[in-house]
Amino acid sequence: MATAHSRTAARYMMAPAVTLLLGWMLVPLVMTLYFSFSDYRPLRGVFEPWVGFENYVRFWNSSSFADSVQTTLILVAAVLVITVALGILLAMLLNEPIWGQGIVRILVISPFFVMPTVSALVWKNMMLDPNNGIFSHIWRFFGAVPHDFLSQSPLFSIILILSWQWLPFATLILLTAIQSLDSEQLEAAEMDGAPPLARFWFLILPHLGRAITIVVLIQTIFLLSIFAEIFVTTGGAFGTRTLSYLVFQRIVESQNIGLGSAGGIFAVIVANIVAIFLMRIVGKNLDA
Amino acid sequence: MARAVTPRRKAIATTAAWGIGLLLFFPILWTILTSFKTEAQAISNPPVFLFFDWTFENYQVVQDRSGYMKFLWNSVIIAGGSTLLGIIVAVPAAWSMAFVPSARTKDILLWMLSTKMLPAVGVLYPISLVFIKLGILDTRIGLVVVLMLINLPIIVWMLYTYFREIPSEILEAARMDGASLKEEILYVLTPMAVPGIASTLLLNFILAWNEAFWTLNLTAANAAPLTAFIASYSSPEGLFFAKLSAASTMAIAPILILGWFSQKQLVRGLTFGAVK
Repeated sequence: MATAHSRTAARYMMAPAVTLLLGWMLVPLVMTLYFSFSDYRPLRGVFEPWVGFENYVRFWNSSSFADSVQTTLILVAAVLVITVALGILLAMLLNEPIWGQGIVRILVISPFFVMPTVSALVWKNMMLDPNNGIFSHIWRFFGAVPHDFLSQSPLFSIILILSWQWLPFATLILLTAIQSLDSEQLEAAEMDGAPPLARFWFLILPHLGRAITIVVLIQTIFLLSIFAEIFVTTGGAFGTRTLSYLVFQRIVESQNIGLGSAGGIFAVIVANIVAIFLMRIVGKNLDA
Repeated sequence: MARAVTPRRKAIATTAAWGIGLLLFFPILWTILTSFKTEAQAISNPPVFLFFDWTFENYQVVQDRSGYMKFLWNSVIIAGGSTLLGIIVAVPAAWSMAFVPSARTKDILLWMLSTKMLPAVGVLYPISLVFIKLGILDTRIGLVVVLMLINLPIIVWMLYTYFREIPSEILEAARMDGASLKEEILYVLTPMAVPGIASTLLLNFILAWNEAFWTLNLTAANAAPLTAFIASYSSPEGLFFAKLSAASTMAIAPILILGWFSQKQLVRGLTFGAVK
């Protein structure tokens, strides 16, 4: 079907998108790479174009680097585990015949559409606030001393907020996948006397494999670069500094462009390692 | 599908599902309720749920004091503009990849998606510099361009998925009947592509509306959309619970409603058709 003529036309049609994305990727990346080898602190008027690998060594050796990588991994892994596990359970529940299914679905998916800055503020002030948050009211009701979540268990709090935001997405995707499961197969297994756990393990879970891959992929892309939730709640304090937030602090807050850019390159490398890994799975799973 | 469901089982499932649904929705519900309270009622202990004097005052104050409409307008322009621009660039690309696939099509698609993995902080400073040079820092046009670029891979993927689902038999049949290329595109393909393009528009509008990193870092007074406006409430002097709730409610309401209507497309779009 594809003639030489249409192939040429196709190339022209693809050119704008490919060129734009290539430019978007290469231009800033080359600039970041350039800055990462220089001592560049605009607020102090320092600019020395070539300092070798000094920034990389300093960024790598600072204790905050290792901490931030650890925080990032904990955050992403925890949210993925929580949302996928609870998502499967919730999707199975919503797949049951229930009264008012449409409304329940709307209630469940709503958090996904809430702006990140809003959800961070709502959780910070209305839920987790030590004086007026709902959680402290509940704490007081049971006679306990209210807990200042964001300073006493900050990482937990952020995981909670992020899980609340992403559970709806996981549930929705998994629910759609469950609904496409052949119910006759399930019934046959049930009649053959397969216990519920076995049915879950051997029928439902394998069927969900593809959907789980997608959930993990999309969530990882967004979670690796979460910003608003940390910016608004803790500002990176109390051990909630992810790698990309650390880079943000070096560049925007301390205006040390050289050091921050080296950190940015590290972030790019980490993201690429994750990307290669994920793309392999997706490439295999999505028969494009 | 004729599975016998005992009323007992249905009752248990219903109770559990509603319980979890309300639990997940509670922070949103609470925000909406608080927006109708006075500041004193908003922080009363124990909290009041429904029995308070409902007031619209907070909405009025948010608009009067901080010019909510300006931020709303910025959000509409930025999210709408970047979505439209993205579609204009993405439709031809997705179209040609879907209908004239080559050996490299899949690689190009994966490469496009991989640009989403580029950490935004890593390129924030260069982008700011380029924007200052071009004089488009803190302008809506600058943000339109950035948001278009960050969502472009997703737009291309979504459109590609939708276009591929158009059966080629119909095209061939049209050709057999002697349709010209123009007729083919106008009368056969376009009507079938419109729903996919519409879903893509909708979803990308939602993504762009909620995007926070670039809007917070590339705007200040002039082009700040609602994401940045809300974040300004986190400073202590701006902390009024009822006002914050009113501002939040106004910022999320349009997208929440759009989202409710587009659940189905959301699944197809964001999973690139892999989950149906």
